[in-house]
Amino acid sequence: MYDQSVVTVLLVWPLLAAAVLWLAPERLAKHIALAAGTIEFALSVPLWWRFVPAGGMQFELSRPWVSAWGINYHVGVDGISLFMVLLTTFLVPLSILGSYHYITKRERAFYANLLVLTTGMIGVFVSLDLFLFYVMWEVMLIPMYFIIGIWGGERRLYAAIKFFLYTMFGSLLMLVAILGLYFTAAGRTGVHSFDYGFLLANVGSLGTAGWWFFGAFFLAFAIKVPMFPFHTWLPDAHVEAPTAGSVILAGVLLKMGTYGFLRFALPFFPAVALHPTVQAIIVVLSLTGIIYGGLVAMVQPDVKKLVAYSSVSHLGFVMLGIWALTLQSVQGALMIMINHGLSTGALFFLVGMLYERRHSRLIEAYGGIAKVVPLFATVLTIVSLSSIGLPGTNGFVGEFLVLVGAFQTYPVAAGIATTGVIVAAAYLLWALQRVIFNKLDKAENEKLPDLSPRELVVLVPILAAIFWIGIYPKPILSRMEPAAQHLIDIVKPAAAAATR
Amino acid sequence: MNLVWLVPALPLLGFLVNGTVAFVRPKTKWLVSVVGVGVLVASFGVALLVARALAQAHAEAPVVFRYWDWMPVGSLQVSYALQVDALSAVMMLVVTGVGSLIHVFSVGYMHEDEGYARYFSYLNLFVFFMLTLVLGANFPVTFVGWEGVGLCSYLLIGFWFSEKVNADAGKKAFIMNRIGDFGFMVAMFLIWQHTGSLDYTTVFAQAPTTLALGGGVATAIALFLFLGCTGKSAQIPLYTWLPDAMAGPTPVSALIHAATMVTAGVFLVARANVLFALAPIAQAVVAGVGALTALFAATIALKQWDIKRVLAYSTVSQLGYMFVGVGTGAMAAGIFHLATHAFFKALLFLGSGSVIHAMRHAYHATHAHEDAQDMRNMGGLSRFLPWTATLMWIATLAIAGIPPLAGFFSKDEILGAAFARGTTQPVWYLFWALGLGAALLTAFYMTRMMLYTFHGPNRTGAREQVHLHEAPWVMTGPLVVLGILSAAGGVLNLPALVGGHFWLHQWLEPVTAAGAALGPAPELGHRTEWLLIGVAVTVAVVGIVAAMRALDLTALVPARSAAPETGLGRLLNRKWYVDELYDAVFVRPIVWLSRNVLWRVVDVGIVDGAGVNGTAVVSRILGWLGTRLQTGELGFYVVVFVVGVVAVLARALK
Repeated sequence: MYDQSVVTVLLVWPLLAAAVLWLAPERLAKHIALAAGTIEFALSVPLWWRFVPAGGMQFELSRPWVSAWGINYHVGVDGISLFMVLLTTFLVPLSILGSYHYITKRERAFYANLLVLTTGMIGVFVSLDLFLFYVMWEVMLIPMYFIIGIWGGERRLYAAIKFFLYTMFGSLLMLVAILGLYFTAAGRTGVHSFDYGFLLANVGSLGTAGWWFFGAFFLAFAIKVPMFPFHTWLPDAHVEAPTAGSVILAGVLLKMGTYGFLRFALPFFPAVALHPTVQAIIVVLSLTGIIYGGLVAMVQPDVKKLVAYSSVSHLGFVMLGIWALTLQSVQGALMIMINHGLSTGALFFLVGMLYERRHSRLIEAYGGIAKVVPLFATVLTIVSLSSIGLPGTNGFVGEFLVLVGAFQTYPVAAGIATTGVIVAAAYLLWALQRVIFNKLDKAENEKLPDLSPRELVVLVPILAAIFWIGIYPKPILSRMEPAAQHLIDIVKPAAAAATR
Repeated sequence: MNLVWLVPALPLLGFLVNGTVAFVRPKTKWLVSVVGVGVLVASFGVALLVARALAQAHAEAPVVFRYWDWMPVGSLQVSYALQVDALSAVMMLVVTGVGSLIHVFSVGYMHEDEGYARYFSYLNLFVFFMLTLVLGANFPVTFVGWEGVGLCSYLLIGFWFSEKVNADAGKKAFIMNRIGDFGFMVAMFLIWQHTGSLDYTTVFAQAPTTLALGGGVATAIALFLFLGCTGKSAQIPLYTWLPDAMAGPTPVSALIHAATMVTAGVFLVARANVLFALAPIAQAVVAGVGALTALFAATIALKQWDIKRVLAYSTVSQLGYMFVGVGTGAMAAGIFHLATHAFFKALLFLGSGSVIHAMRHAYHATHAHEDAQDMRNMGGLSRFLPWTATLMWIATLAIAGIPPLAGFFSKDEILGAAFARGTTQPVWYLFWALGLGAALLTAFYMTRMMLYTFHGPNRTGAREQVHLHEAPWVMTGPLVVLGILSAAGGVLNLPALVGGHFWLHQWLEPVTAAGAALGPAPELGHRTEWLLIGVAVTVAVVGIVAAMRALDLTALVPARSAAPETGLGRLLNRKWYVDELYDAVFVRPIVWLSRNVLWRVVDVGIVDGAGVNGTAVVSRILGWLGTRLQTGELGFYVVVFVVGVVAVLARALK
């Protein structure tokens, strides 16, 4: 019963809650949203135990939706999507609680958008029908657009439109490619269906068309990741978005790009994806992201922009890990996807908490505040260290696995990527120093209140996850291993067969 | 031996307790002292038990304890495992033993600091990571400790973070260490790629058969590992962070930046002795860099005025010796010097702490704002701090290599090994000569430091003099213990020449045998050995006497009124301008490039400006053109229509 319905419940529940929110009084909105988000998380937790690592796709449900066009409501979870779903349900209630003081206008609408967004995000990760996937991809775009555009900072409209157009541009191309796959398979079998498994089994060899379809998927996903040079929407979107928007954007939305590569671009187009030229392009772009993202992050005067560019760097590691296609590197990439959601999410929470106190995101507005807000400084230090991959924290596990795995495929590239750990230390420690260390020389900072109990409730679960994953990641690794192995098993031989 | 997990776990417990106290009751002192020192002493006790059990077991192979699977991914199996063997036992005893003494000293030294609990929590955490480093049974676990001690070093260097220089120094240390860690990581990738494991026992058993002796892979692995060592152990080219690290509290300098953490690189080479033995070129690099660093750092120490900076460059220099030892393949000699250095350098740092403590009190009492660490403000302090002066003299003679003190034996063994290897590979004669030169300078600058600090007329000030006095016993006590160890530490490894049995050498045999088997060390005749000892002792005596003759203690004036250095003195005083060079060649260009080219031009200008917003502008222009075309005038439409038809026809008919 649970196994069949849980995914659907996770998709419907936030929508129901959003509907209730419209009718609820404004002052209760955040509490209702928090309750709904917490229940959503509680509903998702049993997935962890019910999940069978070697069981392939699970919690599946398939019902005809638009039979005439072969569209099904088909959802399911495997070792790749499991953690993306859990990450989403984990971060949503924290984002709601983290917005309690930040969002002061039109609260109902804000939380309703956040809940609709939740449905969209989970939908993207669980869809096993390409049409459904596309719908979910678009569904999540709209609430995010509103969250940035209405509750954002001064240049919120510019940022929101930029975010929207960028994503829209990619997703329209993706729609064309999806239709291309659909008609190719239909032409070959006479059956019209958007079903993921059906298409995967029946599109067959695509020839030149495969290059175009891959290109379209690549653009859609590369923008979302974001890979250099498609990343410039991110700093603007992050800077302008309210805290919860930034947390969700970095924590979950960015993973949709890399998830898309894992779920669609690689399995559908192995020959193209592993073509030497494509490999070279992706590896070079990933390395550029890692080093360039880090160097540009280093010189940002705005903390939020710094964290945004650091995301470009982190996601570069993920792309490198995915393309290296060894068991270690793919699992490492999945780990970084989780870790980045936690650590960068926490960084955005912390920056947001500073902003609520001082209304400035500029590094130079601070300095020496470890004296007045020791608890805040401690948490910020721990989270920063996890972000730069200190062993014992989650960050190290992901980075190490990606690099050790990628080294087997691309030794030189992995060696260059490893210098990213130096750059990361430079940009985060320099920022950390200028924010919490040095002399406390600004009068406005002398009376900053330390973390409140509510803020601690937001941060402590993330800290716990940071250490848990850093010290004992085995339960996660063992759950994702079969799925990662399966991906490699279908992509590598197919690519090899195509080149022969 | 089953209790070995307690050795790191106890300091971790101390960290958790003191860390909590630091937030809940930041003013509490007694609980913090009891816990902070107690866990260390208890850890030392357990370490003794473990070492005794190891000695009784006569184990040839390391005893490995696996606690949990850490990163099990396919063929990569990394577990959280500790290993007890001869090497980790020695390191564990040095770390907890010297660590305990320094913790006790800290109770006195830091007593009035408002961050007392925070200090002890960091110090306990450091010991936890250091023990993880030395006890780890595979490269990744050692790496946990490796980066962890770097973190604690960062936190403790920047302990008084309100001063920008301190925070800067912490950051510099962390980033330079990360450059080294890059090498460590790449070495791990190579090791796993070529041996299929990261566990010490498997890797070292496999390496001689899977890696070719002197081959490219073995050399690359050893060199990347050594890059890691140059960061952690402050060798050329990554040494510049260590002198700046003196910004931390003085006991921290003694524990982390002299006795333990900075020796981690030496430990790593000894640990991976098989891998280095497979790469003779890398061995020459290790010994060469060590010898060069030993001499280079010693030259800088000649002209420093800050007492802690003299000791910092001395540490860099002595670490160079240790690398000459382990690079030559004389692992036991390197580890021997590591241990004796831990004794006498901890003593020197704590002694300097005692001096600074006294100076600070004196200046505090008279509200003077003078530099309490500048030797030009000291002089004649032996009258006020007789214990400290006597004990520091013992350590000075030990580091200078005067027999029969500890440093004499360990330094002599390293130089002897280098000379012996010269008989088969002459380049080692050069390393020996560099080491000898450094020994001369060491004797000179250490005597200089002692004379300027403790002898001649006092320059602190007449009003301040009355406030100068010896530190409390909680601080002097540990100095006495270290004094005994510095004097008698040589017994650990007495050479056969004087009737000893190379005890430490024998003890380390199970660890070093595999590497030694790959490249047997040449033996020297007794005559040659005596000759080398004669040369070394002569050099040390010459250095000391030269300093006593050359330095005019009455001519020195307090720091405030001192004239700036000129010529070579200035060059040495300014540390050969290496910091300025790094700044000009690396730091500034990278930051400038990142800010003005990558960010402002490439990102904002080209990618976002021309690329993204450019697209927007182009589509706006197209849109504008579109609206222009809709003029509403029929004639215009007809013209356009005709032109279009003609164009289509022309193309179709061609």
